[in-house]
Amino acid sequence: MSVAITASGLTRRFGPVRAVSDLSLTINEGTIFGFLGPNGSGKSTVIRMLCGLLKPSGGTASVLGLDVVRESERIKESIGYMSQQFSLYTDLTVMQNLTFYARIYGIPRHEIAARIDEVISIVGIGDYRKRLAKQLSGGWKQRLALACALVHRPRLMFLDEPTAGIDPVARRELWNLLFDLSGQGVTFFVTTHYMDEAERCTHVGYIYFSRLIVCGTPAELKQLPDMAPDGCVRLEVRCPRLAAAMKRLNAVDYTRDVTIFADSLHVLADEGCEQRLARDLEAAGFGAPQIVEIPPTLEDVFVTLTRNRDAERNNV
Amino acid sequence: MFRGFTSIVYKESIHILRDPRTLFLMLFIPGLQLTIFGYAIDMDVKHIPTVVYNLDGRADSRALIDTFRNSGTFDIVGTVNSDYDMMHSVIQAKAKVAIKIPPDYTDRLLTGAHTEIQILIDGGDSTVAMNALNVSNAIALRKSLSVLAKSVGVGQTPPIEARPRMLFNPDMKTANFMVPGLVGIVMQVVTMFLTAFAIVREKENGTFEQLMVTPVSRLGLMMGKLMPYAFVGTIETTFIVIIMRYLFGVHIAGSLALLGGLSLIFLFTALGLGLLISTLATTQMQAIQFSFVIMLPSVLLSGFVFPQESMPLPIYVIGQLIPATYFIRILRGIILRGAGIEDLWVQAVILAGFGLVILTLGTNRLRKTMG
Repeated sequence: MSVAITASGLTRRFGPVRAVSDLSLTINEGTIFGFLGPNGSGKSTVIRMLCGLLKPSGGTASVLGLDVVRESERIKESIGYMSQQFSLYTDLTVMQNLTFYARIYGIPRHEIAARIDEVISIVGIGDYRKRLAKQLSGGWKQRLALACALVHRPRLMFLDEPTAGIDPVARRELWNLLFDLSGQGVTFFVTTHYMDEAERCTHVGYIYFSRLIVCGTPAELKQLPDMAPDGCVRLEVRCPRLAAAMKRLNAVDYTRDVTIFADSLHVLADEGCEQRLARDLEAAGFGAPQIVEIPPTLEDVFVTLTRNRDAERNNV
Repeated sequence: MFRGFTSIVYKESIHILRDPRTLFLMLFIPGLQLTIFGYAIDMDVKHIPTVVYNLDGRADSRALIDTFRNSGTFDIVGTVNSDYDMMHSVIQAKAKVAIKIPPDYTDRLLTGAHTEIQILIDGGDSTVAMNALNVSNAIALRKSLSVLAKSVGVGQTPPIEARPRMLFNPDMKTANFMVPGLVGIVMQVVTMFLTAFAIVREKENGTFEQLMVTPVSRLGLMMGKLMPYAFVGTIETTFIVIIMRYLFGVHIAGSLALLGGLSLIFLFTALGLGLLISTLATTQMQAIQFSFVIMLPSVLLSGFVFPQESMPLPIYVIGQLIPATYFIRILRGIILRGAGIEDLWVQAVILAGFGLVILTLGTNRLRKTMG
């Protein structure tokens, strides 16, 4: 397996602000790399540096074996990029947008029609060929954007929050598309805020306050030592009035972390405290809670890592 | 080097055609502007409102007033009966000139004595004032000469007469001088605005970022943006030249082909200027402001309105740095004086130089990176 992206010590400053600090990572071809982090943590900046849109202030990176500073124009020929906001021409039709991008990537004239048909069938936008881009709904706009980014058969795709603001069905379909393409050997670098999307990636990285905190497969991340500190278990607690119960559990000394997850609480607590926990909740009028031990979710991973990081930052 | 050129032309043409209202305005507005401004900018001073305070009232004084009226420069809009009224008709802007004839005008004329007529001129508008001054001096001089001639008994004709011959604009019509210049100004303003938005609009819509991750070359992008507008600009120019010729009756003395060729050079320069603005600005609002910064000197310092010869040196130098300066010289040369390339090649070379420099600057300013 060959390497699609490597970065070492990649840094970008905007004046005094460090948007990205000392980022190093390696992404193999065929990977679906999920890049997560809060808003403003530097995700888009990393993507823009890797696409050659922004010059790094320090460090080096190479994409598909090409240096992002010196060979950015050659990188552009074999990558696809979908930015956060819709950035196609709204007063052009679906076909015109596709034709424009096919031509600008220098696809030979006689191949353009076939290539466009190909991406149209991949994203399934065939019924809207003559529709103006501005008349498409959010999900179809994203498909068009994907089609435009695919028209030159890139080996590597950068997708910056491709599913932000589109409905769950469209979101699911878009991911199925990504898996199909991934099966054909396209490498993906995707940013997202959705944990379920992160769980579907082959690899994930988490960036927080301009630093890449962690990087690995979802399974690896869940087994990080931070996730299961010595003598701790992760419990799912089902009981009524979750907010009040959370307050109650935050007040006892055998819990380390309590978070509400839909209709249950996730509690990081001392080993063997299940009985005490059940008794305390019952005594406080929460009935008899159901308690089971669970593995951490990716959300647990990121929440825990963020807290640890904040604690470190505050100690410094 | 021109990578992506045809695709950008393709896309820009769709943008233009998709919006027929804007296309119509692009083609129609310049003609409208030329028509309105062409009529408005008329420096031929005629019909200056004038009041008369005639204390004499006899035939000779009335003859003098007729001379003033017949000059065409003065319109006698009323008579007044006091110095106060005379003064105040000027202050109230009822008249710009007031003529006072003394009570003994006829008597003194007959006895051959010196007599004075008083002429009040509103100096607020210097062009009007200068004209009023010159014409009234000329009238007084003519009158005096004929009186003197009569008294020495020679014929009515003065001994020496200057016989100036106006070359190229025999009627001294302002339109002949101003309208060709106006063609250049209108061309510059409209075409510059066309392209000033071309790139900044994409920046604002976020489409520029997508464009930057494609392998399009800077020159391809620049020229691709420019070409469709150059086409629109050519049609537009043809249109305003036709208006100049047939509505304002300004004949083109020189070669139409030369006019067309040099206009094309200027068109590219103006469009390039717009693109340069577009690369400098980050919002469309900024682009508008930049455009105005360039537009005003082009109107005021290019020799379009004010002769450059009388400008103070620093201002004159600024005027020489404006492409419109050279194009207006070219326009007036070809249209009014029938100048050929052998007369205008210096201006043409300078203009082309400007065009090259501006397009190069714009292309270099166009970064395919952000921030």
